[in-house]
Amino acid sequence: MTQKRKTNVTITKTKQLATGVYEMILQTPQAKEAGAGQFVALYTKDRSRLLPRPISICGIDPEQETLRLVYRVAGAGTGEFSTYREGDTVAMLGILGNGYPLDQARGKQALILGGGIGIPPILGLAQALKGENVTAILGYRDRELFLKDDFDQVCQTYVATEDGSVGTKGNVLDAVRMLEEKGELNPDIIFSCGPLPMLKAIKKYAEERGIPAYLSLEERMACGVGACLGCVCKTTHKDEHSQVNNARVCTEGPVFLASDVMI
Amino acid sequence: MNTAVTIAGVTLKNPVMTASGTFGSGMEYQDFVDLNALGAVVTKGVANVPWEGNPTPRVTEVYGGMLNAIGLQNPGIDLFMQRDIPFLESKDTQIIVNVCGHTIEEYVEVVERLNDSPVAMMEINVSCPNVKVGAIAFGQNTKALTEITKEIKAHAKKPIIMKLSPNVTDITEMAKAAEAAGADAISLINTLTGMKIDIQRKKFVLANRTGGMSGPAIKPIAVRMVYQCAQAVKIPIIGMGGISNAEDAIEFMLAGASAVAIGAANFINPYATVETIRGIEAYMKQQHIDDINELIGAVHE
Ligand SMILES: Cc1cc2nc3c(=O)[nH]c(=O)nc-3n(C[C@H](O)[C@H](O)[C@H](O)COP(=O)(O)OP(=O)(O)OC[C@H]3O[C@@H](n4cnc5c(N)ncnc54)[C@H](O)[C@@H]3O)c2cc1C
Ligand SMILES: Cc1cc2nc3c(=O)[nH]c(=O)nc-3n(C[C@H](O)[C@H](O)[C@H](O)COP(=O)(O)O)c2cc1C
Ligand code: FES
Repeated sequence: MTQKRKTNVTITKTKQLATGVYEMILQTPQAKEAGAGQFVALYTKDRSRLLPRPISICGIDPEQETLRLVYRVAGAGTGEFSTYREGDTVAMLGILGNGYPLDQARGKQALILGGGIGIPPILGLAQALKGENVTAILGYRDRELFLKDDFDQVCQTYVATEDGSVGTKGNVLDAVRMLEEKGELNPDIIFSCGPLPMLKAIKKYAEERGIPAYLSLEERMACGVGACLGCVCKTTHKDEHSQVNNARVCTEGPVFLASDVMI
Repeated sequence: MNTAVTIAGVTLKNPVMTASGTFGSGMEYQDFVDLNALGAVVTKGVANVPWEGNPTPRVTEVYGGMLNAIGLQNPGIDLFMQRDIPFLESKDTQIIVNVCGHTIEEYVEVVERLNDSPVAMMEINVSCPNVKVGAIAFGQNTKALTEITKEIKAHAKKPIIMKLSPNVTDITEMAKAAEAAGADAISLINTLTGMKIDIQRKKFVLANRTGGMSGPAIKPIAVRMVYQCAQAVKIPIIGMGGISNAEDAIEFMLAGASAVAIGAANFINPYATVETIRGIEAYMKQQHIDDINELIGAVHE
């Protein structure tokens, strides 16, 4: 078990990757303890906004001791983060959550699905599974294909865009069906992150195929460490910790087996 | 230098405790806090059976604080006795269990289960704004508060703290009713009922529509209420509401609190409890105060 901490970490690099989408590299020895699918929570410097913002880990460099975060400006907190520059510090709570079960993918045909700002968290997964039989399908709004190059370096990557400007027109599931029809895809296991409608569709698809799918869920959080019970999701079985059909996204999640959650 | 305070015969090594619902039973904050350093750990509210709580979203940020509508999700007293109590018993801190229920009978059932456990005190939550039946109903009228306090006192073998709601016209009426009914101490304030609306989606942010407000923004209200209650009753008061650091804690003690609890601040700074303890000691040194009890209610003119 790794120890959770709140520390001030230095930002070693910032970059805008697409409209409203930013990258931040953080210097922290905790990079050595982090895994794909886990997250950190960043505090703003604005003392009127007190709760930490959960952001998934997009990339891990244990040697350089850095974490890469990629986020979309969604409000004032992420807006403030986007103004940070190299050399600035930010208060970080981490490392949080369970992460993707990488061992489940070994020796299988793994399908990695990311939609929109759900793409960054699955990049770390694709990188960790480099050399395995992995296909990634990424769903973007338009031709601003942030992080696509990074995926190309580690796995077979396909793209779907809502406006049809690149790849399959439509969403990630449209691309999945298209590749399946062509006989180019026959997955044994799915890992995914993205908006709720996409995750719902993946859950249904995985059930139809009878294969496991891991989904990374989002919920409003306060503590981030499992104490406040703010961030729960509905589970199909009674959760051991809560004794009811609720699991904490920050602690038992954010990654859940699709068949274990009601979304 | 003495930092110990005594409430209803229970001595706390220092006056700093955790506020119910913000610290679990302490397990989740072990990476940050040495639980042995705390005056007491106050647990999340526990009922006779597991409660599901409210639908999500359950929490949201507001200016200088937050709203929550957890709805008292809890694993029920059975698991709590097996898991949480033994865990806390292994720590050198006082255990205060927060109790919730829908009916007096449900509260009493939990109290009786806890009677022969190593719990130091029980805090009775009659002030949660997020459950429709029970809970707050008892905390918003003096007759109901008197009845439940008396009934619990008749069954309890441990000191009873009645946790008061600030969502009343005159909190001193509630404090006096609790005292008259036999409460050993009172704690205040629970959260203030609030609401947040998402103007883009034109919807309530919380699934429960309303939520309890906590955090630094509510502190002046809490200090005022602690002060008013301190003038109205003789039983000890545990003060809470927006405490983030030693300065805040000392303010509550000067207003009349014998001990303090830290809630939402744990989410903002997971080290808040231990930093507050250290800060109080530093203040006592700087002010040449030998006994922390000198601070309690020192400001009243
Ligand atoms: C486990 C997890 C991982 C995440 N990973 C990423 C990521 O890698 N990249 C990314 O761009 N976004 C990610 N998000 C969403 C991100 O947390 C929100 O976009 C962010 O908190 C918005 O903060 P704000 O101050 O800009 O917006 P505001 O709307 O002003 O925030 C107000 C409050 O609501 C909370 N909030 C708002 N939107 C969300 C949301 N979608 N999920 C949870 N809390 C929210 C904020 O934390 C804050 O407390 C993740 C969320 C979770 C739960
Ligand atoms: C997420 C959350 C859960 C809470 N749960 C409980 C509870 O179970 N029982 C209770 O008596 N009070 C509960 N409270 C109220 C706190 O114990 C405290 O009275 C209140 O939050 C004010 O203190 P603060 O501003 O330091 O948070 C809860 C508060 C929060 C923020
Ligand atoms: S955010 Fe507090 S339990 Fe998950």
